Amino acid sequence: MADEASFQFLHNEVVQYVYKSAENGESENGRNITKLENMGFRVGQGLIERLTKDTIRFKDELDIMKFICKDFWTCVFKKQIDNLRTNHQGIYVLQDNKFRLLGQLSAGKQYLDQAPKYLTFTCGLVRGALTNLGVKSIVTAEVSTMPACKFQVMIQKV
Amino acid sequence: MNYTSRANNYPLYIRSVPTQNELKFHYTVHTSLDVVEEKISAVGKSLGDQRELYLGLLYPTEDYKVYGYVTNSKVKFVIVVDSSNTSLRDNEIRSMFRKLHNSFTDVMCNPFHNPGDQIQSKAFDGIVSGMMVQTG
Repeated sequence: MADEASFQFLHNEVVQYVYKSAENGESENGRNITKLENMGFRVGQGLIERLTKDTIRFKDELDIMKFICKDFWTCVFKKQIDNLRTNHQGIYVLQDNKFRLLGQLSAGKQYLDQAPKYLTFTCGLVRGALTNLGVKSIVTAEVSTMPACKFQVMIQKV
Repeated sequence: MNYTSRANNYPLYIRSVPTQNELKFHYTVHTSLDVVEEKISAVGKSLGDQRELYLGLLYPTEDYKVYGYVTNSKVKFVIVVDSSNTSLRDNEIRSMFRKLHNSFTDVMCNPFHNPGDQIQSKAFDGIVSGMMVQTG
């Protein structure tokens, strides 16, 4: 779909830009990840406001996570999360077997070390969405074989 | 008549007509928050479609009627109207809240607005003024 491609290209360029501008400046490596994550965070906040405008109130945390897996993921990536697991104690693992943003990179283990850069924006996206729904969390991602990847959400009890 | 939206229970936006007695409105809105909290947390116990966003009439005092609405992102909208203004029906209040919510969503998506800051959008001001003029 044409509209999907433009976001993918833009996202890839953003990642390249953040890393290139770091080479000219003095920031260390960790700052790039933070910048990307913060971008995703702000986008997630605004996006969730639009998406939940017409939905009824959420019952509990699990309800919120299901919403993220279905409606939110469909809105951004045109597909749902393939697998959601939880230990019912605040840790959720979202598995996407064909993550759109990694689809063009490789079909296996090639470029595996570059993959995390392309996942941070989405981590921030999920964190921003959850924050605006009243859930504080830490979101990390891991990938072992592209294009499948797992996002781990750790709810922070305040 | 007074509109306010609050996140984390501090006000993001307050507007009233006439502009005197604003402090009294601040107070009324603040106390109505307790009622809002009560309604949100009573989800499991009451009957009916309590998972709606519109909360309805919060409580009537002798001078004012207070209506509430909460979004999924925990932002609360409160409208305070004169009791003498009996021509306002439930439907109209609901549609006012919908307009407010739509306008608020636009504000949130504005990249120049940081969530948690006071709302300074002229568009939002315009929508609110339009509604206040309409209902007097």
